[in-house]
Amino acid sequence: MTTLTDDDARAIVLDALRAVAPGPELDALGPHDDLRDTLGLDSLDFLAVVRRVSERSGRRIEEDDYGRLGDLEGWVALLAGGG
Amino acid sequence: MQPDLLRGPGAARRPAPLRGRADPGSAWEAARADLDGLPGGAGLNIAHEAVDRHAADPARAGRVAVRWLDRSDTVHDLTYRDLAGRTARFAHLLARLGVGPGERVFTLLGRVPALHVTVLGALKARCVVSPLFSAFGPAPVRERMRLGGAAVLVTTPQLYRRTIAPIRAGLPDLRHVLLTGGDGSGGGEPGTLDLDALLDAEEPTFTIGPTDPQDPALLHFTSGTTGTPKGALHVHEAVVAHLATARAALDLRPDDLFWCTADPGWVTGTSYGIVAPLVVGATLLSDQGEFDALRWYRTLEREGVTVWYTAPTAIRMLMRRGEDGVPALPRLRLVASVGEPLDPDAVRWTARVLGRAAHDTWWQTETGAIMIAHRPGDDVVPGSMGRPLPGVQAGLLARGPDGRAAVGAHGGVHVLHGVAEGELALRTGWPSMFRAYLGAPERYAACFADGWYLTGDIARRDLQGHYRFVARADDVIKSAGHLIGPFEVESVLTAHPAVVEAGVIGTPDPVAGELVKAFVTLRAGTEPTEELRAELLAHARRALGVVAPKEIVFADALPHTRSGKVMRRLLRARELGLPDGDLSTLETAR
Repeated sequence: MTTLTDDDARAIVLDALRAVAPGPELDALGPHDDLRDTLGLDSLDFLAVVRRVSERSGRRIEEDDYGRLGDLEGWVALLAGGG
Repeated sequence: MQPDLLRGPGAARRPAPLRGRADPGSAWEAARADLDGLPGGAGLNIAHEAVDRHAADPARAGRVAVRWLDRSDTVHDLTYRDLAGRTARFAHLLARLGVGPGERVFTLLGRVPALHVTVLGALKARCVVSPLFSAFGPAPVRERMRLGGAAVLVTTPQLYRRTIAPIRAGLPDLRHVLLTGGDGSGGGEPGTLDLDALLDAEEPTFTIGPTDPQDPALLHFTSGTTGTPKGALHVHEAVVAHLATARAALDLRPDDLFWCTADPGWVTGTSYGIVAPLVVGATLLSDQGEFDALRWYRTLEREGVTVWYTAPTAIRMLMRRGEDGVPALPRLRLVASVGEPLDPDAVRWTARVLGRAAHDTWWQTETGAIMIAHRPGDDVVPGSMGRPLPGVQAGLLARGPDGRAAVGAHGGVHVLHGVAEGELALRTGWPSMFRAYLGAPERYAACFADGWYLTGDIARRDLQGHYRFVARADDVIKSAGHLIGPFEVESVLTAHPAVVEAGVIGTPDPVAGELVKAFVTLRAGTEPTEELRAELLAHARRALGVVAPKEIVFADALPHTRSGKVMRRLLRARELGLPDGDLSTLETAR
């Protein structure tokens, strides 16, 4: 598995979010904003984001990691931090 | 509209006797006998049965009524005594604000104690309560608050800014907005009041006024195929069915810790998320957090949940996660499910992994309470919703060419016997039957024929009398336990300047049952680009919130009925790869 840089990881996650929940809220998203609250994601949206990020990053995202993925920073840490 | 259903209980009115309906020997009568009624024979009020009668009993007043888990997993307990005090304060506050019996109090809240306090306090004040789904966007909220004539709204500063402020000017009947649970950044929104500060100034005891069992109590909105959402109105007598079904279908007892995971915006979140467990005298668990498999397992284990009422989508999401680390749940006595049909795989998985086969239950906003279920102790037949509960008379009616129950020239229906498939119908007269669609008497009347309530669900019955859901008889979409009206979604899409026409259907999804998918045609000269798709998605999500389509497809043209309406059935058939020819009769049906 290739390691992603923080910027790569962020770009992949933002692309996935843009496909699922585009709009001005996403454009203004901060690294620690709660994704569910800020973007109005429900559980199904969240699963769609997980699927898209998995496909793009080639990395399986375990259900047990979901708790860390509440904000953009959590996603970047998971994808770029290797773990 | 039946205006008498929304009149306030005036001084001249005499409350009807508590045991007004003569149905001796029925299951409802047994539940009725276990309710107290208001002191002095002043009628029947849901809030008295759910709260005050327990709080008045020294042996029960100190028991935990609401165990609330906040987002950070911290436990906050409210005893029946606490709840009686807070709901009394809320009832006084409504009076102080000049809000009278029969007026509508709406909530736009997540699972927080202010929800329980508002709902039960407003019922004490004999107002009609309508909880809305907090993930709705401004468009569905405005529509529902207008239809319901909301006088009061209770919400949070965050939701106020996101959802209410943009539409406030279009809600002239809305006299008071009460904000609770500030997130630190808010407060002081113009035109709003601070609920928590106001409650502190009120008295913690309140005498509920005379309440006729037929006085309206709860207003729940549901979606139809066409037109505006329907406001199903329920009366205080519904509490008879809440108690009876809590026992018959969920086996609830006073020493239970009961967790209903439904959102308060849907009927389950009120009937079983608030009323039923409290009427029984049990402890209800309310979790502010959203679905998270590990958190849910932790909660089930740590809190020792004994009866768990959840949804197929949640169970399927647990299944996706796998079986590692699922705790032993020795105290869990019953798992039940509602929202859409529970598939056999999910039933077998719960039996194997949770140690309890999930019991499917079937009911609707209109029925107010569970009507069909696998009862505690029944052998679960995977894929079936079970059998009618005691007191419920269900039947299958032969269908006509439009797919709905065929009603003859003189109003008669053809009841099918034995093994059969038809439109599921219920004999009218159960206590929690809806009494009106607010402001839509003709739509209400169209739900009934020959003494039956027509559910719009197609079902099959086997030799043993188990019912099995087959399909909706109309175009309503069932997604993750939500009933979504395609018209409401299409209206928002066609409001976008690039869109000429929209057709919205449910497409099969392994987790959610169905997902909302939209087909749109574009104005001439508009390019079907990815940017436009994102723009439409953003437009729909902003207006509709969580009921927005998950997928938008550009189409060159949409199929139409002869009367010119978009033919959703044909869109769905094509989506499923079915031959169009099977639908030829449907094309002429309307």
